[in-house]
Amino acid sequence: MITAGVDIGSTSSKVVVLEEGEKILSKVIIPVGAGSSGPARAFEQSIREVNLSREDIKRVIATGYGRNTFTGADQQITEITCHARGVYELVPGVKTIIDIGGQDAKAIGIGKGGTVSNFIMNDKCAAGTGRFLEVMSRILEINIEDLADLAASAKNEISISNTCTVFAESEVISQLSTGTAREDVAAGIVQSVVGRVAGLVKRIGVQSEVVMTGGVCLNWMIIKVMEKELDVPVIASPMAQLTGALGAALLAFESAS
Amino acid sequence: MPEKLTSRNLLNQLQTRHYTNAYAAKMKGQLVGWATSIFPQEFCETMGLTVVYPENHAAAVAAKRGALPLLEQAESEGYSVDLCSYARINLAYMKSQAAEIPIPLPDFILCCNNICNTLIKWYENIAAELNIPMILIDVPYNHGYEPTPAAIDYIKSEFGECIRQLEKITGQQFNQERFQEVMILSNENSRAWKRALDLNQAVPAPLNGFELFNYMSQMVCARGRQETGELLKLLIEELEEKIRLGKSCYEDGEKCRVMWDGIACWPHIKHNFKAFEKNGINIVCSSYPEAWVLLYEPGNLDELAKVYSMIGNNTCMEYQADKREREVKNFKLDGILFHVNRSCKVMDFMQYEQQRLVAARTDVSIMNFDGDQADPRNFAAAQFETRLEALMEIVAHNKSAKKSKEVTNNDPA
Ligand code: SF4
Repeated sequence: MITAGVDIGSTSSKVVVLEEGEKILSKVIIPVGAGSSGPARAFEQSIREVNLSREDIKRVIATGYGRNTFTGADQQITEITCHARGVYELVPGVKTIIDIGGQDAKAIGIGKGGTVSNFIMNDKCAAGTGRFLEVMSRILEINIEDLADLAASAKNEISISNTCTVFAESEVISQLSTGTAREDVAAGIVQSVVGRVAGLVKRIGVQSEVVMTGGVCLNWMIIKVMEKELDVPVIASPMAQLTGALGAALLAFESAS
Repeated sequence: MPEKLTSRNLLNQLQTRHYTNAYAAKMKGQLVGWATSIFPQEFCETMGLTVVYPENHAAAVAAKRGALPLLEQAESEGYSVDLCSYARINLAYMKSQAAEIPIPLPDFILCCNNICNTLIKWYENIAAELNIPMILIDVPYNHGYEPTPAAIDYIKSEFGECIRQLEKITGQQFNQERFQEVMILSNENSRAWKRALDLNQAVPAPLNGFELFNYMSQMVCARGRQETGELLKLLIEELEEKIRLGKSCYEDGEKCRVMWDGIACWPHIKHNFKAFEKNGINIVCSSYPEAWVLLYEPGNLDELAKVYSMIGNNTCMEYQADKREREVKNFKLDGILFHVNRSCKVMDFMQYEQQRLVAARTDVSIMNFDGDQADPRNFAAAQFETRLEALMEIVAHNKSAKKSKEVTNNDPA
């Protein structure tokens, strides 16, 4: 049986196609999310790559911020449940998940059998989200992927006192204009995101294994600083931003069998 | 044949009358007061005074989507966006009187800080701007489980001062006999309100949580009045009938029972209702309407002081956690939704610790969401829906896990 998970975030669309709930046939990421042609394109591409058509897919589950707008799905499940299922498959010992998405950050407590026991999300604010990192990378004139390496070379990390993205933006600009080194600012940016998200995680209680998902977990400095902040090892999900789509595809398999 | 009067119709009539009567009184040259929502109304009711409640008014304005112009007006006058949205709405209304539901300006104001201290500055401001007298009943915060004897004495002395001030404002004497009658009536109404709220312990619950918020207005504005008793009698009859028929307030039945912790999100109440209905989640109880269950022995001023001192926001962590724990049990709750309300700091400050305590003592699922009781800008529908659906997924999973465990346990093999 073939199933698929479509994770439609605010900034990207991700699809995983699974065979028998085990073998990944294809995985696609398109860097445009909800409200665009991204989800449909990502889905098309993922099935075309393996010469399948929609009829070959027994069940499709959509998740993520744009889950309700994707017409090709049989069911919608929140990203909280899907991330939990995806991570549990990849790291069965998981107890705590940190997911930093484009517009929100969440901490999820995992109970027996990989089920969600508790979750908490950031408040209505971009601080501590992927969007914050994006805005800051733009000011530093670097690709978001290069932020970790830049931050790693910091000598005198600065502290960013504003949590509001707009205020932090002007704070960073004024730091740069007064001659603060870009790497020191980059380290401050990483610390700001980690500090904010670690607060969420501590609220639900830190329990090992701690796994981080979402595109931001590709930033190795964030993982490193998070480990320091939480005082436990943090594992980056092997499927990073595809973890939610994997979870959705697994749940699709389980509900169809 | 005339249509049968439902409690819903009667509620609408009474609420409309509440506001039109206040206006009529003002026109006739009678004194009109404004009071905070849990002011000991027994005193002004005894004096036969017309009183309206700005918090109730602000909620009604917000529910009719009329809050934003008033909020913007207040902000342009210099009030901070961080100030409670009820305060901003009311302070703007005081100046412009621009609202779909009008209330007359006050000749005196009654303030009791048993819910928060924002009220004091807000009311002092009104008194200064309109140059009118303000009566303050200052209630100390309860660091212990109950008010200390010294706190009770202090509050009682303020009751005395309140009476003296009311006599001075009205030029009339305070009638002790009438006071006793009002206390008896207020207790009857509180008891009936509690009965109505407790009927929602039935599975399925007969009343939708959003309706609880509506009926509550009558307890805020007129809990010492005869007509409130009539309304509650009708409501109780309707609820008992629904329970007898095993009727849920949702067509497809109730899939999940939750408590709404905190004030309603008035500007988005329709959206909230639809989101709950779509998921089959019912708010079977809430800390909000409960606040107007005020029971004491009529004539016992120590008890009167105590009951007005022990309002949710004014009580300690332990007291509040015990109350929630009881409710989880009595109302057979699957979840609690905490409204992290931008406006009401005092309520929010305790929420996370409350969540931790309740989670440790019960197996209820907890979710929180950001919102505001009256400022429509502080709420994101998509985030709310995701959290609600996630809560539903957790609850549904827990229920099926419990069921399969029961099946396994009952399996004779
Ligand atoms: S909402 Fe909170 S801050 Fe505003 S008046 Fe009520 S108790 Fe005070």
